[in-house]
Amino acid sequence: LTGRNLWQMHLLRPGRISPTELCRKCLNRIRKTQHLNAYITVTEERALEQAQQAERRLQRGVPKGPLDGIPFAVKDNFCTENIRTTCASRMLKDYTPPYNATVVQKLLDQGAVLMGKTNMDEFAMGAGSTDGAFGAVKNPWGYAAPYGERTRADPDSDWVVTGGSSGGSAAAVASLTSYLALGSDTGGSTRNPGSLCGVVALKPTYGLLSRHGLIPLVNSMDVPGIMTRSVNDAAIVLGILQGLDVRDSTTVPAPSSLTELPEDFDVKNICVGIPKEYHAPGLSEETLAQWSRVADLFEEAGARVEQVSLPHTQYSIVCYHVLCHAEVASNMARFDGLEYGHRSQMDSSTEVMYASTRHEGFNDVVRGRILSGNYFLLKRNYQHYFVKAQKVRRLITNDFQHVFSSGVDVLLTPTTLTDAARYRDFTQEDNRTRSAQEDVFTQPANMAGLPAVSVPTALSRRGLPIGLQLIAPALQDQTLLSVAQWIEQRVGFPSIVSTQMLSSLDLLQSLSEGFHIISI
Amino acid sequence: MAASCVAASELLNNIKQISVLCPKASYAVRAVSTSSPQCHAQLPQRARSAPQQLVGVVGLEIHAQINSSTKLFSGAPVRFSAPPNSLVSFFDASLPGTLPVLNKRCVEAAVMTGLALNCAINRKSLFDRKHYFYADLPAGYQITQQRLPIAVDGVLTYSLLGGKKRNQVMRKNVTIKQIQLEQDSGKSLHDDVRSQTLIDLNRAGVGLMELVMEPDMSCGEEAAAAVRELQLILQALGTCQGNMSEGQLRVDANVSVHRPGEPLGVRTEVKNINSIRYLARAIDYEIQRQIDVLQRGGTVQNETRAYDSKSGETLPMRDKEGLQDYRFMPEPNLPPLILYEDNASLPTGIDACQVVVVQKIKEGLPELPSVKRDRLVQTYGILPEHSFTLVNEDGLVDYFEAVLKTTKKEPRKVIGWVTNELLGHLKQEDMSVCQSPISPSALAELLELQETGHISSSVAKQVFQKMWRSPGKTALQITQEQDLGLVSDTAQLHSICQKVVDSHPDEVHAIRSGNKKVLNKLMGLVQKETKGRADPVLVRAILQKKTS
Repeated sequence: LTGRNLWQMHLLRPGRISPTELCRKCLNRIRKTQHLNAYITVTEERALEQAQQAERRLQRGVPKGPLDGIPFAVKDNFCTENIRTTCASRMLKDYTPPYNATVVQKLLDQGAVLMGKTNMDEFAMGAGSTDGAFGAVKNPWGYAAPYGERTRADPDSDWVVTGGSSGGSAAAVASLTSYLALGSDTGGSTRNPGSLCGVVALKPTYGLLSRHGLIPLVNSMDVPGIMTRSVNDAAIVLGILQGLDVRDSTTVPAPSSLTELPEDFDVKNICVGIPKEYHAPGLSEETLAQWSRVADLFEEAGARVEQVSLPHTQYSIVCYHVLCHAEVASNMARFDGLEYGHRSQMDSSTEVMYASTRHEGFNDVVRGRILSGNYFLLKRNYQHYFVKAQKVRRLITNDFQHVFSSGVDVLLTPTTLTDAARYRDFTQEDNRTRSAQEDVFTQPANMAGLPAVSVPTALSRRGLPIGLQLIAPALQDQTLLSVAQWIEQRVGFPSIVSTQMLSSLDLLQSLSEGFHIISI
Repeated sequence: MAASCVAASELLNNIKQISVLCPKASYAVRAVSTSSPQCHAQLPQRARSAPQQLVGVVGLEIHAQINSSTKLFSGAPVRFSAPPNSLVSFFDASLPGTLPVLNKRCVEAAVMTGLALNCAINRKSLFDRKHYFYADLPAGYQITQQRLPIAVDGVLTYSLLGGKKRNQVMRKNVTIKQIQLEQDSGKSLHDDVRSQTLIDLNRAGVGLMELVMEPDMSCGEEAAAAVRELQLILQALGTCQGNMSEGQLRVDANVSVHRPGEPLGVRTEVKNINSIRYLARAIDYEIQRQIDVLQRGGTVQNETRAYDSKSGETLPMRDKEGLQDYRFMPEPNLPPLILYEDNASLPTGIDACQVVVVQKIKEGLPELPSVKRDRLVQTYGILPEHSFTLVNEDGLVDYFEAVLKTTKKEPRKVIGWVTNELLGHLKQEDMSVCQSPISPSALAELLELQETGHISSSVAKQVFQKMWRSPGKTALQITQEQDLGLVSDTAQLHSICQKVVDSHPDEVHAIRSGNKKVLNKLMGLVQKETKGRADPVLVRAILQKKTS
């Protein structure tokens, strides 16, 4: 139950724990961790029903797959049939989609049990999970023993953010209310909270997972993200979710039917690139130290570690903002209050209704991006902003291609500049500034469509997680995860464990496997 | 007084100017011929050489609804006049998270149309979003092909009938700038009484081909002829049903005026034209209006105007206030549309069912209207103008050829029956060829009776009328029932002829003194006596004898 190699531990092996029992435990835990504000909607009844069905299948010995009976959570920007899907916005506060996103459907088809829909920044625009209509998400690590002991912080006033925008999903996995969660990653929205909440966060290659049913932020960069407590779990989920979807014309066939990762991956023959541009202003000493430590681990194990250059990295964020805002302006145009979603009472004319609906439905961040996005797309600005940004995007992609074609197999970088900020400190800056700061290491991979994963590496002096990021060439997701698992096996990152949920047997086994256990 | 003089002279000038470009041309389609004074009035000859006069310049933007069972980017069915909002997929309603999936049939239709219009087919084309807020555009943008359309640079050849008798075929070309695939919008129904707008999304997302015709035309008649030819081509290809009243073919006209040799004038866009007849009228009205404005010293506004078929005027449209900026951007959810030249150029591992191969479509192109006309003229020896009439009327070529199959009558003699008798009756009752109460075989039987000498040609026409009114009765039945068969009893004819000769001594005298033509008058009198049933060969022989 520690989460590591969940399925290898045969969690649901007969006599261990039944799916309904597991589901109840998770529901209890959701109640106990309500203060984290990780969920917007908890689908309790449905979850229990699903768990019972899974239980019957397991009893008959005919599970649907490795995820049968496993609780999962879904970011609230993936459509779920007959379950409201809000994007943490007043605009969709009462919106109930009539269909499931492809990735959600695939998990349900495996028998996985949906616990609920997780909190986020409104329409995934943010890097803190602080800017949603349902309030900010709190980082479970802010309530864990190490943070309290080391900082003497008052959890009620000094709580720390999860990062974002998939903060609810990261918090759900970190606080053990779900065994895996779907996030979305446009500029780092899965990896960033994954890093700050100490969970494995995978952004697969663009096109490997279907976006059908994912309410878009930036269509050309959005990728469904996978959050788990171990790299191997992420690999299993990826194996289930990947592949062509006729409903999403940008999907590609899976290069391999990846299921499990090799236990003893040899790094001797790989070359790890260290991009010098990622040694950026604002990078904390501690994160830098972890970066060096892991690079040394590789070197000691016989891998080639090389400094490489991605010269256009510095332009990535500004370029990202132009492209992101332009697509946001376009994607948000459909929210006019006519077919679905919020509709203003002010209806003296169609135009007045549009304007007031959109003013009432969207927060300042969304409205600001729509405004600037439309500005970038104006005929007189299009060449100067949008086209130029696309050209820069190509240069950034070329940087990566150049490095990878020179023999580098994988890039090792920090995921974020620092560990999680206190909410009080985080909200000193506006959303725009925060997004620019927080996405700096994660966002270029989205520009280039590359697979990237954040692996929990260590706890900071404040007792908060620090993660490192690996980036691989397109469709090399399996190599990426193999390297990530190699790191995971060596860094000894502590797990959050709920002692209430552990049977003594699990606890013993976990301890014997050498895990550090931190209970909250 | 002075004012009215000026107006009159202007009018005269105007007439002259337009006639320069449409000299006595008449539009080849009977059903939609216009009565516009500008285009085919008999104008003074001097007008043609008048230099530096304002003339009309017309370009067209045509939206052709693709004949496909499902929409351009969704699997929702396409049907006209279905219950409101009954043909709407999640994507068509723009539900969040839905994505477009391109319909292969629509791509093939666009390629086929492009090939038929001599376009270059782009091996790679792109989709773009065009943004504007409108209640029947649920996504807030339309997916279209602004940057790189599927087909470019084609030519449409159309013909006008000109000359004194309107029997000279004049071929003209109009450049097809591009053909782009795009989505149709839904429909708004404004309920002014309850001040609400009702939205029907059945049409939202239906595939359209937007064809842009360069301003190579100069008057309503040319535009109408070009559109009619396009309509025939689309119908022959089956890529668009082309019914303008059902909105399957929508034509907007860009109209301006200038002096030849000078830059084009400010143009207006004329919308709301739902038939080819109105297209010609709307354009001619608009050309005239712009000339009037300029000659009064005014300036033409760059605006959108709607054609009002009741008043025959174009009026400014209110809803397009200010300049629209459509904020185009690439559609990120659709990869570039790649077409392949032939099977050999397919990349390995690609499923041939999933791609569009241009060569395959080229091989499947049906006979186009212009080729069909040439074939008809050559095969049957009919006149070119008859070939236009046949091809322009839906189903008439098939009818004509079906008649020929069961009669020995020469095609050149059959054509008049089909284009005059049959089509005349159909037009009078506003019927289509397939609704004709007289089937091809029934007409063939009638013509056969005439050909074999059982009835005279004038009786044949009477029988035709009766067949029209009592469908189901054969020509033979009618002939027998009404005793319309040819009278060839020599004794009977002799006595009738004798009677005529006796009662017309002056005529007989004239014939005897050498004026043989008068014999025809006597023949006519005999036919009158027999109600057209007398065998003309026999009658002539008898009369000649009696007057010699």
